[in-house]
Amino acid sequence: MLKEHAKLMGVFAACGEVIGRKKLQKIIYIAKKISFPFQEKFEFHFYGPYSEELTLRVEELCNMEFIDEVREKKGGYYQYRYTLTEEGEAFLKHTEVDIPHLKETVVEMNSQSARFLELVSTVLYFDTLTREEVTEKIFTLKRKQRYTEEEIQEAYGYIEQLKTQLQ
Amino acid sequence: MEYSKSKLKEEKVFKDPVHRYIHVRDLVIWDLIGTKEFQRLRRIRQLGTTYLTFHGAEHSRFTHSLGVYEIVRRIVDDVFAERPEWNKEDRLLSLCAALLHDVGHGPFSHSFEKVFQLDHEAFTKEIILGETEVNAVLSRVDKSFPKHVAEVIGKTHENKLVVSLISSQIDADRMDYLQRDAYFTGVSYGHFDMERLLRVMRPREDQVVFKQSGMHAVEDYIMSRYQMYWQVYFHPVTRSAEVLLTKILHRAKELNRQDYPFTYAPLHFYSIFQEQYNLADYLKLDESVMLYYFQVWQEEKDPILSDLCRRFVNRDLFKYVEFDPAKEYRKHSELEALFKKAGIDPEYYLVFDSSSDLPYDFYRPGEEEERLPIYLLMNNGELRELSRESDIVDAISGKRRTDHKLYFPADLLNDDSSKRNIKRQIRSILEI
Repeated sequence: MLKEHAKLMGVFAACGEVIGRKKLQKIIYIAKKISFPFQEKFEFHFYGPYSEELTLRVEELCNMEFIDEVREKKGGYYQYRYTLTEEGEAFLKHTEVDIPHLKETVVEMNSQSARFLELVSTVLYFDTLTREEVTEKIFTLKRKQRYTEEEIQEAYGYIEQLKTQLQ
Repeated sequence: MEYSKSKLKEEKVFKDPVHRYIHVRDLVIWDLIGTKEFQRLRRIRQLGTTYLTFHGAEHSRFTHSLGVYEIVRRIVDDVFAERPEWNKEDRLLSLCAALLHDVGHGPFSHSFEKVFQLDHEAFTKEIILGETEVNAVLSRVDKSFPKHVAEVIGKTHENKLVVSLISSQIDADRMDYLQRDAYFTGVSYGHFDMERLLRVMRPREDQVVFKQSGMHAVEDYIMSRYQMYWQVYFHPVTRSAEVLLTKILHRAKELNRQDYPFTYAPLHFYSIFQEQYNLADYLKLDESVMLYYFQVWQEEKDPILSDLCRRFVNRDLFKYVEFDPAKEYRKHSELEALFKKAGIDPEYYLVFDSSSDLPYDFYRPGEEEERLPIYLLMNNGELRELSRESDIVDAISGKRRTDHKLYFPADLLNDDSSKRNIKRQIRSILEI
């Protein structure tokens, strides 16, 4: 029961704190793409891969008081901080979901900016395209983010780094 | 004349209970409707197992797809046509994407995709880009046209205005399914003034926005959506049927893995079970085929598969109780152990189900750039997010309301002919 929820709780437990819903979405998407067993379904939205299922699961975890959500104003919008509660920790122990290498991978991703993870997840979303086509996609679909060629190069390097760590 | 601009000699109309008439003048659209991949949608219900709860809900993805096409046609031909922000060159692209947006859906697609880890969007893309009749029609327009249609449906096309017509928080897809599902289920929710909504729509560079004066029509739409989710889409009996369906597919897959000698071999499923399917295999599966297997598998020797199929075919569904997983997760482990002792496999007969397992979404005001919200176009030209202007929408948007249930076969638990004491214990825990 709640195995998929428990996997997400494992991410909060590993990271200590995740700041931002966008960051959380991108961390889970990237983890899934590099073959961690997350089941949430993602679609491309205006700001990159997004999962409504993930949003709902996080809401459920908040309702169950397994994670704590703090809403804070930042600039013109609200930002959310997530941490695992004591009840959440107890539940996690009870379910014993253990995914090898997940901890170090999500901790690494959590140290990156949401902007960079958005780029990485977008690169991964278009992984069937050539690098030139991906670059063109990013320049057209994400023109407001003003990503540079160097950042795209960095994103490719980062994906390789994550995959290498898993080998 | 160019194929993309060719018109039928006489307009064709489809009678439709929701939009009255669906009008087709474009030859491309007419040809697409005639393709075998599109015709297949007649054999896939729009609402999956909902017909077991609301007996009228037998409508197909075919009729819904025509409805979405018709709404987009009205928008581009009647509302946007003369507006400077709208490029008439995008008309056919919008119509084709609207018509084909669901073409990759499989039978009972929610459960089917969940069990076999499939994605109907990937199949939609493959149908549009692969060697299919749909692709042949689209390619006659222009070699690159199928790619554009696939990108609009996949939400990765650079023209975000066209994307938002088919897929946004207030789009033609939702406008059709809310009204159509309300009509066929017979519920009194789900109705809103679509004509008014269409009249107050305005195209902008990145999305469709709504004139401030039409706010109440938008509110009505949001309320309909909210009510339909809780009254129809999240209906506990429909969820029970989905639970059964999912477990049948799991059992068949597991039996195949164990080389179980099926009396009625699952020929249509082999490639899916073995994860070696291609598009042709996928397209052969529709709900008529699935229901055939459920019918014959009632006679299988495996008691679990035959029992689950019998339940599904005869609508002998699992019962349910409300279940708070935060407080009762230990109880769940206890129940699992007791079910095993009672000789009832909890893997198939004790099922926990959450609202997050369902594929429908609520209006979200787009905080932290999660999803693009609905914008109102104010009289001074400013854009304002809907929930900031509407108290009603603010009251129901972004609010957490989740729902968890535990499903089980009450008849087996009430059968005291064996393991009487254990079953009594189970009933006591479940409070039934």
